[in-house]
Parts: sequence; structure tokens; C-alpha cells
Amino acid sequence: MNLFLDIPVAIWIAGIVAIYMAWSIGANDVANAMGTSVGSGALTIWAAILVAGIFEFSGAFLAGGHVTDTVRKGMLDMDLMSNDQLIWGMLAALTSAGTLLLVATRFGLPISTTHSIVGAIVGFGAVSIGPEAVKWGKIWSIVASWVTSPLISGTLAYGIFQLTRSLILDRKDPLARVRQVGPFFFFYVFFIIGLVTLFKGLKHVDIDPSIQESLLYSLGLGLFGALIGTVLLRRAQAGKKDPGQRFSQTERVFVVLQILTACAVAFAHGSNDVANAIGPLAAIVGAVNEGATGVVSSKSPVEPWMLAIGGIGIAVGLATWGYKVMETVGKKITELTPSRGFAAELAAATTIVIASRMGIPVSTTHTLVGAVLGVGLARGIGAVDLRVVATIVASWVSTLPLAAGLAIFFYYFFKGVLS
Amino acid sequence: MAWIDKLVGRSPVGPMQEHMTAAVVCARQIVPLVEAMIAGDNAAIAAQRIEIDRLENAADDIKHEIRSHMPRRLMMAMERRDLLDILDFQDSIADVAQDIAELVDQRQMHLTGTLTEPFRALAVRSVEACEQGKKVIDELDELIETGFGDREVARVESMISELGRIETETDELLDTACRSLFAIEDELGVASLYWHQLLLWVADLADYAERVGNRLRLLVAK
Repeated sequence: MNLFLDIPVAIWIAGIVAIYMAWSIGANDVANAMGTSVGSGALTIWAAILVAGIFEFSGAFLAGGHVTDTVRKGMLDMDLMSNDQLIWGMLAALTSAGTLLLVATRFGLPISTTHSIVGAIVGFGAVSIGPEAVKWGKIWSIVASWVTSPLISGTLAYGIFQLTRSLILDRKDPLARVRQVGPFFFFYVFFIIGLVTLFKGLKHVDIDPSIQESLLYSLGLGLFGALIGTVLLRRAQAGKKDPGQRFSQTERVFVVLQILTACAVAFAHGSNDVANAIGPLAAIVGAVNEGATGVVSSKSPVEPWMLAIGGIGIAVGLATWGYKVMETVGKKITELTPSRGFAAELAAATTIVIASRMGIPVSTTHTLVGAVLGVGLARGIGAVDLRVVATIVASWVSTLPLAAGLAIFFYYFFKGVLS
Repeated sequence: MAWIDKLVGRSPVGPMQEHMTAAVVCARQIVPLVEAMIAGDNAAIAAQRIEIDRLENAADDIKHEIRSHMPRRLMMAMERRDLLDILDFQDSIADVAQDIAELVDQRQMHLTGTLTEPFRALAVRSVEACEQGKKVIDELDELIETGFGDREVARVESMISELGRIETETDELLDTACRSLFAIEDELGVASLYWHQLLLWVADLADYAERVGNRLRLLVAK
């Protein structure tokens, strides 16, 4: 094997596809959550992109390591696989997922990047070594999480909506209540972000606080968030009273809370989806290093610079393409009012961030769909189109074999070209 | 995540409210129609009838639009069946207003003598019942906004009770008007049959408005 000629090519290809994936993830996914806040005039597009970009990057860099490790080495038995096989396979997985992402963007299909990456890794693992190379226990737990994550976020969204109903909306003075209760939600979001990041989450940057320290710092972060929230909610303009629309003022202040939850979704999304782009790249770089130096790197944690690249890729995608999505979403009259968006996004972000912490790759879109259904079941949304749910379920079932098949094809392709 | 926007379908609430407004606008025309009947102005009666026909058509268009945009695949905050029932009652308000205008125009019915005041009182109160029905339907979006919260449901229920009281009053006004009519039935001859029909229809406006309310009461209680 000629290291100097072959392997840089592999990294080169993997790097380009990974950056394309990160860019595309940022371009499509995040912008929607922020779009409604832009549409309501609460944020300018560039402020929204900046805020979303910061949270997306933080999510990827600070909390993206767990899922990245799962994608990189958690699904296949690394001991059975040679470095070359791993390099060809992970290249194939990236290319397969990237192709599906292109097709999804081009034809507007709801294909989940997470599902294509998992399908692709299982696919090449099963043909390169054999089914025994696949850690089926882990795979089944991931697949099960694709069913449970929408269920959990749906249940959470149902509960959060009931909470906003009884604490804010169904009150004598909902406008005053949203300003009073809002800071608690700020506390919650910042506290959870703190906890997820700090507790055994920052090993890759050599920070490892104890559980007491993590709790203490998170508490501080939460209080800081609550302070910001109090100021923002107090400053938010409620606008004129409209007797025909008694809740329009409350909803206008709710926009502040929806910006918060859109940030939470951005963080959660970064923490989970960065792995789809960076996991395979990290595996390839690890295998190349191991081949070059003889040091087994699959045991060491994912390197922070790779997460940073993923985070930057997502943020750049957001800035270069996401603003278009935001403009479109912002102009559209959405039936999802800020209070519903808030409930659904808070539920989805919580679910995804917990999954990220557990190293489970889940689909952000599916989790959000579950959350919207939850609010719908709480009679909070006029109409939910169940056909969309059917489409998404169908695409999730078909993505797995499709991604696996493509990955097998690309595996033999790269094997032929690179060996 | 563009799928989230597709997932949240078009709520039927806005169009339902639009339809109720259109139906009540029809019913409102009954008051100027009665004034034209009192003035004995056939041209004004004909003009009023044309106007009501036009308004009824507009309401029908909205109704068809709603029916064709309420596929079963939508999971709605309110049962599809309940909404369609309410839509039918709203539709009846516009239909009855049209029936009234047509009969008055075709027979060129002029209001005179002892029947005038009871007739006018019934018409005015029936239209007020429709207005109250519209207020109730205008709360549909607030019901969803609060996720059918107890406070909002109580508010809507009290509005429906008020609607019921207005409808009871129209029953009494109908009784008075019928007695006035039957007191002069010999001098009216066969025309008294048509006047009776007209009175029943005017009272029906309030009746259908009340049914809109009662159907909604069942819906919010679920």
C-alpha cells in the first residue's frame, strides 16, 4: 500500500464530502426553526443567522462528540476490520449519504441524513466483513430510538403545551403571564445546555468537572439565561390591542420564547447532526493516522478540530444558503403560531439533546414532527396533515436499504479505485 | 424541516368564521327588507332580494371551499363531523334569509297595520340572534389558541347561553306576531298562509343561529 499516494486522496474526498454534508445540513435544517422569528419581525435575518450559527456551532463543538463517536466506531466491530476496509467503507458511507442528501434536496424528499448514514455504515460493514462485523445490539437500539424519539418529544410537547395553557394562555391576563413565566423557560433551556455540555461532555477539550461542579455551573448558566430572558421579555413590544384577536399581543411576546427554543433546536441539531458529516471523516483520519504511526487511535476521543470543522461547515451553510430558506419561511403565513412553535421546539430540543448526550443519532426532523403531533393532540393546532406523517414514515423505512445499497456500491468502487 | 410547515395544514377555523360572517351578512339584510316592506317600496324590495341572492351565493362559495378542503387525513382540533354540522346550520341561516327575500319579492308583500310592529320586532331580534351566533363562532380561534382551556370554554359557554336567551325571546315574539296575524286572517284571506310562513322563516334565523351555538357547545365539551 502506498501511503503517500493513496491515503491523502481518501482524506481529500472524505473531507470534501463531509464539508458538503455539513454545509447542506446547515443550509436546510436549521433555517426553518429561525424562519418564523424572522417572519414576525422579532429578528433580522442576519441576527437570526448569527444567533443560530453560534448555537449550532456550540452544539456541534461542545456536545457533538458522543454521537460522532457512535458513528465513527460504535456500530461496527473495529477489531474485525482492517484500516483499508474502514477507509473505503466510511468513504462509501459518506458518499452514499451525500448522494441521498443531494437527491433529497433536489426533489424535496424528507430523507434523514441520520438514517442514511446509519443505513450506509451497516451496509458496508455487512459486505466488507460480514454481518458479524455489525454490532446489531447497538443498531437495534438506534433504530428503536427512531421510534421512541418522536414519541418522547410528542409526549413532552403535549405536556409543555398544557403547561403554557394553564400557566399563560388560559389566564385572565396572558400578556402579563408570559412575561412572568417566560424567564423560567430561559432558565430551563440554559440549564439543560449547561448540564449536557459540562457533565463528562468536554473531555475532548480536557475539561472534566465533577457532577457537583457541573450542576453548579449549569445553575449559574441557567440563572444567567433567566436574566437575559427577563430583560428580553420585558422589552418585547406587544403592539396594539386587537379586540377581535385577544391573543395577538401575547403571541407577539411569545416570539421571544420561540427565538429561545429555536436556539435550543439549533444547539441540539448541531450536537446530533454534526456526527453525520464528521463521524465518518473522523474514522478515516483515525485509520490513516493509525496506518501511518501504528498508534491505535480508535480508542481515543474524537479530536475537537474535526467537530469545529463540522460546526463551521453547518454555520457557513446557514449563512450562505439558510437565509434564503429563512426568507421563504418568514414570508409564508404559518398556522404554527409562536406559542405552538415554542412548545414543539422545546420538546424536540430536549429530546434531541438527551439523545446526543447518550450518543444516539436521531433525526431532528422526525423528532420535531412528533412534537408538532403532540401539540396537535393537545388540541392546540387547527389542522395537522397526517399524509405528511405517512410520507415521512415511508421515507424513513425506504432510506435504510437505499443507503445501504448505495454504500455497498461505493464500497466496491473505492476499493477498486484506491487499492 | 420544511416538512414541519407542510405538516401544519390549513386550519378550517378561519374559513368557518368567514362563512359565518357571510351568512350573518345575509341575515342582516332582512332588516332593510322589512323597512322596504313597511314603506311599500317594491323597487327597494326587489333590490334587497338581488342583494341577498348575491350574498347567499358568496356564502355558498365559501361553504364549498371548506368542504373540499377538509379531507379526512387532517387531524383537527375539532371533529370534522362537528364542523360540518355547524357549517350546515350556518348555511341554513343564509338559505332562510334568501327564502324570505324571494317570497317577499315574488308576492310583493307590504307590511301594514297591526302586524307591522310585531313583525319588525321579531325580525330585529332574530337578526340579533344571528349576530350573537357570529360572536360565538368568532371565538373558535381563541378556543384553539388556549387549547380549549377551561376559562375560554366557560366564556364561550356563557356566550352560547346568551344566544339561547335571545332565541327564547324570538319564540315569544313569534307567538305575539302569529296572534296578531291570526286576528286579521279573515281580512287577509289566503295571504295569511304566506304571512305565517314568512314569520316562521324569520324565527328560523334565530333557530339556526342557536343550533350553531348548541353544536359548538357539544364540541367544546368533548
